[in-house]
Formats: sequence, structure tokens, C-alpha cells
Amino acid sequence: MSLTGFFDLGKMDELGRMDTPAHRIDARAKVLVTAVFICVVMSFPRHEISSLAPFLVYPVALTSLGRIPLRYIGRKMIIAAPFALIIGIFNPIVDRQPVAAIGPFVITSGWVSFASIMLRFVLTVGAALSLLACTGMNRLGAAMQRLGVPRVFVVQILFLYRYLFVISDHAARMKRSADIRSAGRPLRFRVYGSMIGHLLLRAMDRAERVHRAMVARGFNGEMRVLHPPAFRWSDAAFVVVCLLLFVSARVWNLADALGRLLVEVAP
Amino acid sequence: MHMADALISPAVGGAMWAVSGGLIAYCARKVKHASRDNLVPMMGVLGAFVFAAQMINFSIPGTGSSGHLGGGLILAALLGPHAGFLVIASVLTVQALFFADGGLLALGCNIFNLGFFPAFIAYPLIYRILVSDQYGTARAWIAAVVAAVVGLQLGAFSVAVQTKASGVSDLPFGTFVLLMLPIHFAIGIVEGLATAAVVSLVAKARPEALPAAHESGPASLRPVLVKVAIAAAVVGGVASWFASTRPDGLEWSLARATGREEIGSRDESLHKSLADLQQKTAFLPDYAFMSGANDESPAETESPAAEAWPAVSAGTSVSGIVGGIMTVALACLIGVVLRSRSIAGTGAR
Repeated sequence: MSLTGFFDLGKMDELGRMDTPAHRIDARAKVLVTAVFICVVMSFPRHEISSLAPFLVYPVALTSLGRIPLRYIGRKMIIAAPFALIIGIFNPIVDRQPVAAIGPFVITSGWVSFASIMLRFVLTVGAALSLLACTGMNRLGAAMQRLGVPRVFVVQILFLYRYLFVISDHAARMKRSADIRSAGRPLRFRVYGSMIGHLLLRAMDRAERVHRAMVARGFNGEMRVLHPPAFRWSDAAFVVVCLLLFVSARVWNLADALGRLLVEVAP
Repeated sequence: MHMADALISPAVGGAMWAVSGGLIAYCARKVKHASRDNLVPMMGVLGAFVFAAQMINFSIPGTGSSGHLGGGLILAALLGPHAGFLVIASVLTVQALFFADGGLLALGCNIFNLGFFPAFIAYPLIYRILVSDQYGTARAWIAAVVAAVVGLQLGAFSVAVQTKASGVSDLPFGTFVLLMLPIHFAIGIVEGLATAAVVSLVAKARPEALPAAHESGPASLRPVLVKVAIAAAVVGGVASWFASTRPDGLEWSLARATGREEIGSRDESLHKSLADLQQKTAFLPDYAFMSGANDESPAETESPAAEAWPAVSAGTSVSGIVGGIMTVALACLIGVVLRSRSIAGTGAR
């Protein structure tokens, strides 16, 4: 993770705080639908491409309703791509059985499954990123707790998130001062050890101070949310519509059916 | 070595979610009863520290590359296995959400691979026993390197097993293992050195921050073994469930063969039942008439005889491609409409 990665985090926080139709949907509904979405997408057999296409509707609709800039989501996706890409690229190398030919180009089964992997990558990562961008960390934490995640763990995630900005700032300052003093040479290991060690000690001191301050203000281990979420009819409708869409897209190849209709009508 | 959503099947992802979820619940109960009252903010800050520490790299002499702290081992060393595991899990959750590192379905795998092994194997069985309270010495450096290497090797191997069991990647198991283990051996050495450097500084500057061996009681193997046994039983149960869906499942569960076709056919058998459903419920009865019945019915396409999935016929491809492109276009159109309505709605209010 670089400094730009950290600044992106601030942007994500900003997006999560917006108030749009997508942000107003109950966080539990979005978590549930996103989980089902990912499972359904990954339940397709390995060489499926066209039946996966309709699933694009969900992340696109969510980001659009939430007014999340697509370029931002796209950039995050590219940063996350390498692992799936590196492992996926072995499919065309290992599996060279030809399955189709378009003109002079022979398409092997490996390329089909590679394309399928990358499409799934876009779908699952897109859904996860738009879930967070359209919900925000605090609402997501509250939803997690109401969905049965242990409270200690939820509090841990929210604490981590709150400290993240402060400690990253601190680390960035230390790094900058080390860079200036080292005249462009990379950091040596000895320096690194004491630098990180001091970062750790200061972080621990800060935790102590913050904790005392919070206890003094009546903190008893519970993170409070200003508006306790209420599950409304519109949230239930959102869940039902999305699940119906996923089920029908799983059972029927909607893209193929549309293609047939068009091919049939065209001539 | 984060697993990615795009490479695992829902069954493997779900099973690992169950295992990791159980571990989180267990650790959360343990931490709740812990006596240190500042443990909660300390855990939060250390999670943030691991993030921040990854922003700072040091150069590895002679290689031109750089390394940084991974985090699993040092968290366990500072907080003990239970709290350490929770912090690692929270770091991975935030990474999955904010950086799409891994993904949500793969989160269970990642928490297990990167959290369970350092916190419950490498720390209590190797690091704590080897160090035995002598943090500033050469002994501690060796302990950290050995523990980090073992933890990462186990994690990397586990990644390979999970990838294989999911059957999305064609990469043969042996090749994958040979690819993963050496890389993570090197990463483990770097991680161990970085951990030892930080721990030795803390030991000098603030020894009371490190858990002393007499304080946390003698390192006992039993609870760890019980946990390993439970995890193995869960994983084994899931594996046998798969194995029983096919006659020759034993070979699969032994995971010896290249396994591609076996895993593939397991997928196909699952898919075949869905395809049958698809056929029964086909909502366009005249859906297949125009292209000859031979290759178009979905059940035919997924027939188990089609060993390595070849049955993508030209007819299917054309309608698939046309339909796919149109669907994507439609999805984008829906997006544009929703976006403009969303903006218009705000403007009106």
C-alpha cells in the first residue's frame, strides 16, 4: 500500500458518507444481497461468459444510484487485479483445447475460462467496492453487529478504521522526514527497524491517551450510531427484487435469450 | 498472497467462512474475558499500525527490491494469539472492503491463511517457545524468522489447496505449490527480520509492552491441538460431502491427481442439475428452434461426456456474444438512467 492508497481511503470515507437513494437502503439489505450476488456469480461453471453478463446490472445500478464515480471504482479494481490475473493466465497456457474459431483466430477453452475468471473478478470486486462506497464503514459496522458478528470484532474493525487515518498520517510524516534526510537513498534495514519500532511505541501511547479520554466521556465498549437503522418496506422490496433477478439470471441464460431474440428478428 | 474471489467456488469460500467465523467467535469470547481494560483500544491501534507500517519499505541489500512488515506474527507477539487473531482478521476485512484485496467470498480463506497460521501455529508453537522471554538476543531473531517462514509456508500451501479444491484455475496443484512456496519462503525471511527488529526495539525501550512468558502461563499444546482437530473435522466434513456426490470421490479427496477433470466434472454435475432445472423451467418454449436442437439445449452443452468443456458451438457463441454485448449495454443504460434520476431527485428536494 502506498500513500496514494491511503488517500483513496479518505475518498472512500467521503463517498460512504453521502446521502443518496443507494445510501438510504438499509445496510443489512445491501450486505445480504451482495453476499448472495457473489455466491451466485461464483457458482457458475468455469467456462460461462454470456450468462454472467446480466449480473453486471447489480454493481452498475448500485454505483449509479449512489452516484459513485465509475472511474474511482475502476481504478481500485485495477490495483486489485494482479493476483486473479496471474493465476488466471495459466488457464490458457495449460488448457489449449480449441473450442471455436472466429475467422483465422482459434479460441481455446483456456482463454474462455480465463475470460470467465476476469469477468467474475470484475463482478465480485465491483459489488464489494460499491457495497462499501454506498454504505460507509460506520453503517456497515452497525449492520454487521445486527447480523450477528461478535461485538468485540465489530468494535475492533471500527476502532481500527478510526485510528487508521491518524496513524497513517503519522507514518507518512516519518517517511517523509526519513526521505528528506536520506537524500534519495532507500531506507536501510537498521533505520527501518527503529523507525517502525518508534511508530509502534507512539501508536501505543496514543491508544492509551485516546482510551483514557474515551473512558472519561463515558465509553463503555459500545460504538453508538446516531440513527439506529430501521428495516423498511423499500428495503425488503430491494432484497426481493435483487434476489429474483439473481435467481432468474442463474436459472436462465438471459443474455443468450436476448441474443437469440435479436438474431431471430434481425434477418 | 490474498486469495481472490474470482478463483474460488462458493463451497470452498463458504466452508472457510464458517471456519474463520467460528475462530472469530471463539477469540471474541476469549478477549471479552481478558482482564486488560485497555485491550480494545490497543487492538484497534495495532491494526492501524500494521496498515501504516506497510506504507514504509526498507531496501533489501543486493536485490534491488524492498520489503515491509506483514503483520501477523508481530500482532500475535504483542497481543497474544486470541486478540492477535482478531486484529489480523479485522485488518483483512478492511483490506477486502477498501482495497478489494482478496474479496468478500475469499475473506474466510484469507483470514484462515494469514491469521490462523501465524496466531495459532507460528506464534504459540514456535516463536514463544524459541524466544522464551529473551527478546533482545540473537535467539529472538532466529525465532522470528523461523516462525514467520513456517507461518507463511503453511498459509501459501493452504492457498494452493483452496485454489485446487475450487477448481476455477487450471493450474496443476504441484506447479502451484512449487510456485507459491519458494516465493513465500523469501517473504517469510523478510517478514521475520522485520518483526524481530521491531520487537527488539520494543524490548529495549518498553519491555513491559511485551507479554512475559510467566505472565501468560506455560505454553500448552493441548488447546491448540483441539482447535486444529476441530478445523480439520470441519474441512474434512465438507470435503467428504463433495466426495460423496460422485462415485470416485476418494481420488478427489486424496487430491493427488492433477484433479482438473475430476473437479471439473464435480462442477458439471452440480451444474447439470441446475441445467435440468433450467430446461424444465425454460421460459421461452420456442427458444431453441432456430438453430437445430443438437447443440442448443443447455443440458446438452453441459453433458458430462464433454470432458474438458468443449461444447461451445458456433451457434451458441453467436447468440451468446450478441446477447452478452446487448446485456452489458442494457446494464450501462440502466446505470445511466438511475444515475440521472438519482441526481435529479436530489435537485428537486
